Amino acid sequence: MGGLYAIYRKEMGHYFVSPIAYILIGIFLFLSAVFFNAILTAVINESFQMEMRSMQFGAPSSFDAPSEVIRSFFGLLATLILFLAPLLTMGVYAEERKRGTMELLMTSPVSELEIVLGKFFASLSLFTVMLSPTAIYLIFMVLHSDPRMPWRILLAGYAGVLLLGGSLLALGSFVSSLTENQLIAAVIAFAATLFIWVIDILARKTDGGATAVLQYLSVIRHYEDFTRGVIDTSSLIYYGSFIVLFVFLTVRSVDSMRWRRA
Amino acid sequence: MIEVQDLTKSYGAVTAVDHVSFTVNKGEILGFLGPNGAGKTTTMRILTGYMPATHGTARVAGFDVFTDSMEVRRRIGYLPENPPVYPDMTVETYLDFVARIKNVPAERRPGRIDDALRKTNLEDRRSELIKRLSRGYKQRVGIAQALVHDPEVIILDEPTVGLDPKQIIEVRNLIKGLAGNHTIILSTHILPEVSMTCDRVVIINKGKIAAVDTPQNLTSQLKGGQKIRIETDAPEKPLRDMLAQIPGAGRVAIEPARAGGHQAVTVEAAQGNDIRNQIAAKIVEHGWPLYELHGVSLSLEDIFLELTTDDAAHAQASS
Repeated sequence: MGGLYAIYRKEMGHYFVSPIAYILIGIFLFLSAVFFNAILTAVINESFQMEMRSMQFGAPSSFDAPSEVIRSFFGLLATLILFLAPLLTMGVYAEERKRGTMELLMTSPVSELEIVLGKFFASLSLFTVMLSPTAIYLIFMVLHSDPRMPWRILLAGYAGVLLLGGSLLALGSFVSSLTENQLIAAVIAFAATLFIWVIDILARKTDGGATAVLQYLSVIRHYEDFTRGVIDTSSLIYYGSFIVLFVFLTVRSVDSMRWRRA
Repeated sequence: MIEVQDLTKSYGAVTAVDHVSFTVNKGEILGFLGPNGAGKTTTMRILTGYMPATHGTARVAGFDVFTDSMEVRRRIGYLPENPPVYPDMTVETYLDFVARIKNVPAERRPGRIDDALRKTNLEDRRSELIKRLSRGYKQRVGIAQALVHDPEVIILDEPTVGLDPKQIIEVRNLIKGLAGNHTIILSTHILPEVSMTCDRVVIINKGKIAAVDTPQNLTSQLKGGQKIRIETDAPEKPLRDMLAQIPGAGRVAIEPARAGGHQAVTVEAAQGNDIRNQIAAKIVEHGWPLYELHGVSLSLEDIFLELTTDDAAHAQASS
């Protein structure tokens, strides 16, 4: 497993000397901060209105503002991730193939699995780094909520983001292993992402026998459980199998480079 | 050290390597000589475990390159056609990365890196980013990468491409210095490179082996092994008739005299059949002026062209 660690180290080094990581992290943090601010403002206004109404009619307020913020904010994070993950992974293999360094890796005593896992864990680490500053906003919100909101909702939310992100990174890495061209890798990964959206929309709109299947297949539907603080075993299994499937496909794809020309 | 048996690689209908067999002994430098597209790179890629062969076997240090790929990869240092470098890394971190993926233990890594840097004359560039290096330096980083884990077998695909003449000499000396402790295969389409560095040469063309021998033997033992060059102002027709009567004389080429010079005649002679004295005697007998007469060994260049040009083109040339 020394090979896996070497690949991981190399990938991390590569991310942090290339401008793309900084650009993506910058865009992500800027957008998430702007939207967090907007969501918080909207929810606070709404909760004032609820309070006023409850005072008018005398009924106790049942509006759970922090949960509302968390649900909206994690929903927004999912949207950002869907569009940023393909950019994080587009070069993972495509660049390596283009530069000819794949030939070095594949003639070294490291297995394809070590290469693929090393790269996957590196992209997941970068993703975690990108995500972590957003926790500050939510931690502050939880600390100032009254009654105090349980931490597990926040933790479940982040577990969901990491699983969703891991799935999209595994998918994007697989796409990147299919081509030498980073741009094509990004475009195909976007197309796959759009397909995920479509499945989700269909799962919401249709009814009948297909709905249950579509709902289970929807990457986003599983994520919503987490943002409500629910960690469902079937969702864990879903994301686990999604990641394992695409890691496996990437290993096969890397291995198949040996059998293709050039 | 390296045994290749009946190796064949086809890409669909194209056969890049066609039933190639050869062996390389321990400590030897084997040159792979052939025009571009002859199958040199494909053969090397199979030996390094980068791609599998369609047919046939190759063994490195007793391990099959396909079934024991990991064992083979541990023992091989490989410089592909383009140096496989990461432009964003410094020379030193790059070599450290390669040493790690080649399983060099942590305590030996700094020593090995220093050694590779010293051998390739890169010590003063160790903390420079690879993207800032010139083509020649990148090529040297590529060579350093192939040496960093002190492998038993070193495979170099066109190691002197992109280097200036001084660097080419340095790299050749480096390669010669590595022989003995390492078994080396290098490919090239530059002929003098082979005669200068290699113990043995495999000439490959269109995926097939055209010849395997030492550079010396190839130069001296080829069919029609000798050419005789004569400068004489003899009339062309009688001269041709005279030469045709000498047993062992082959093709005759006559260049007309240039201003202030003499007519130059080249006669091909069969191997081991010295006919220079007979030609001299006949010329003197006819009373023609003789200015020069000497034997010319076929250069590796001639052999190469002879072995690698199309049979059709060759037939045309000799008729």
